[in-house]
Amino acid sequence: MNIFSTIGKYFIFLKKVFSKPDNFSVFYKNIIQEIYNLGVTSIGFVAFVSLFVGAVVTLQIAYNLENPLLPTYLIGLATRDSIILEFAPTMISLILAGKMGSNIASTIGTMRVTEQIDALEMMGINSSSYLVLPKIIALIFINPVLIVFSMFLAILGGWFFGDLSGLCSTADFLDGVQYYFIPFNIYYAFIKTVVFAFIIATLPAYYGYFTKGGALEVGVSSTKGVVNASILIIISNYLITQLLLN
Amino acid sequence: MIEIKELYKSFGDKLVLDNLSANFSEGKINLIIGRSGSGKTVAIKSMLGLHDIDSGGIFFDERNFSIMNDVERKKIRKEIGMVFQGGALFDSMTIEDNLSVPLIMFSRKSKNEIRDRVNFCLDRVNLVNVNKLFPSDLSGGMQKRVAIARAIVLNPKYLFCDEPNSGLDPYTATVIDELLKEITYEYNITTVINTHDMNSVMQIGDHIIFIKEGKKIWEGNKEQIMDTDNKDLNDFVFSSELFKRLKKNTN
Repeated sequence: MNIFSTIGKYFIFLKKVFSKPDNFSVFYKNIIQEIYNLGVTSIGFVAFVSLFVGAVVTLQIAYNLENPLLPTYLIGLATRDSIILEFAPTMISLILAGKMGSNIASTIGTMRVTEQIDALEMMGINSSSYLVLPKIIALIFINPVLIVFSMFLAILGGWFFGDLSGLCSTADFLDGVQYYFIPFNIYYAFIKTVVFAFIIATLPAYYGYFTKGGALEVGVSSTKGVVNASILIIISNYLITQLLLN
Repeated sequence: MIEIKELYKSFGDKLVLDNLSANFSEGKINLIIGRSGSGKTVAIKSMLGLHDIDSGGIFFDERNFSIMNDVERKKIRKEIGMVFQGGALFDSMTIEDNLSVPLIMFSRKSKNEIRDRVNFCLDRVNLVNVNKLFPSDLSGGMQKRVAIARAIVLNPKYLFCDEPNSGLDPYTATVIDELLKEITYEYNITTVINTHDMNSVMQIGDHIIFIKEGKKIWEGNKEQIMDTDNKDLNDFVFSSELFKRLKKNTN
């Protein structure tokens, strides 16, 4: 019963979030601020993870293709597809759910327990729209950028470390990366990323917004937000894949 | 004038406000006093719609706030200033930005006009050169004064304060009380303050209601409070050694 009431409360919360902003110039300014706070500050982290995971993916594929009958350009091809289809959109989104989700839930949760949200309401501001809508728009815009960046760096990492280790030459890797490229895979990755961005922005915001208590409860809300966002990302990953790739 | 009629509010099985009715006059400081947990904060937050009431009516100059929709409530709230117990300043913003938020959101003032209004309000609460500081850079008393400045920035008709003196030393508490008194009389605001600080009661209590377990037990002013024969109120007022001695000396 509790899960149904939570889902109902979540959708009522979304209805309030998607109401007309009180002031559009402040709204645009907040979006830019959130793009910086949530997105731009994640670039270094995403780059680091992508570069090394791309390298590991290449090394693991090379390890599994240790058969003289299989051409080595397959390493590049398999690396590209694993990264575009799954690693960049899903794994990076899960990692971002941790980083961005905890930021969102703890920021909003702290504002709730210190009565800053009540203060916004008392000024006549729709607090849920003011605080959450810019985050949703910002993530829907910046996360696909981060994912493209991640795809590029992961493939770059795979190429560099594959060549460095002598498992796959630059020529073979680049052949594989360009071989039988399906543009729809990029659309599929973008669709997933946008859905995941929405989940990352709204679920932790929901848990933060309804925090009751003090510092301890802010931590609990943050954990719940990240865990439930991750679960929902994994479930929706399956559903989107089932819908779009089968 | 603000009027509350037969207000009931419960959390689960616990009844917190029990048939609470009162009138809060314009241009006066109206105090809601009572022990911790008596329902003072719930009463104020219910009056402001931050808690949904079970039943009853809340009237701001005969406008029934309790039956209004969100859009109508927003209009009334623009006429209300609120000073929260902990100040509730936006800690990621400078003091100037804290005061600018309502002006930017709801007024059509230019940047210079907003800056002038912010400076005027900060000056009114005797704060200078704090515009670019963050709330964490200020003392508790200064944060309360910023909260008061933010509450009056839109020229409110009604001012609500939730324990404005909590956590402050007696001298700073007196400064805050005097400030609230001056602002109330100067701008003819209907001010509602909840407190359990008897110094505040004696200093600024034009109209006082005493509540216990969510019920109104007594109503009067600061002159009448010392001579009341209400046992609950006497227990509350004369619980401190200072007031016990004061009464003894008066007798």
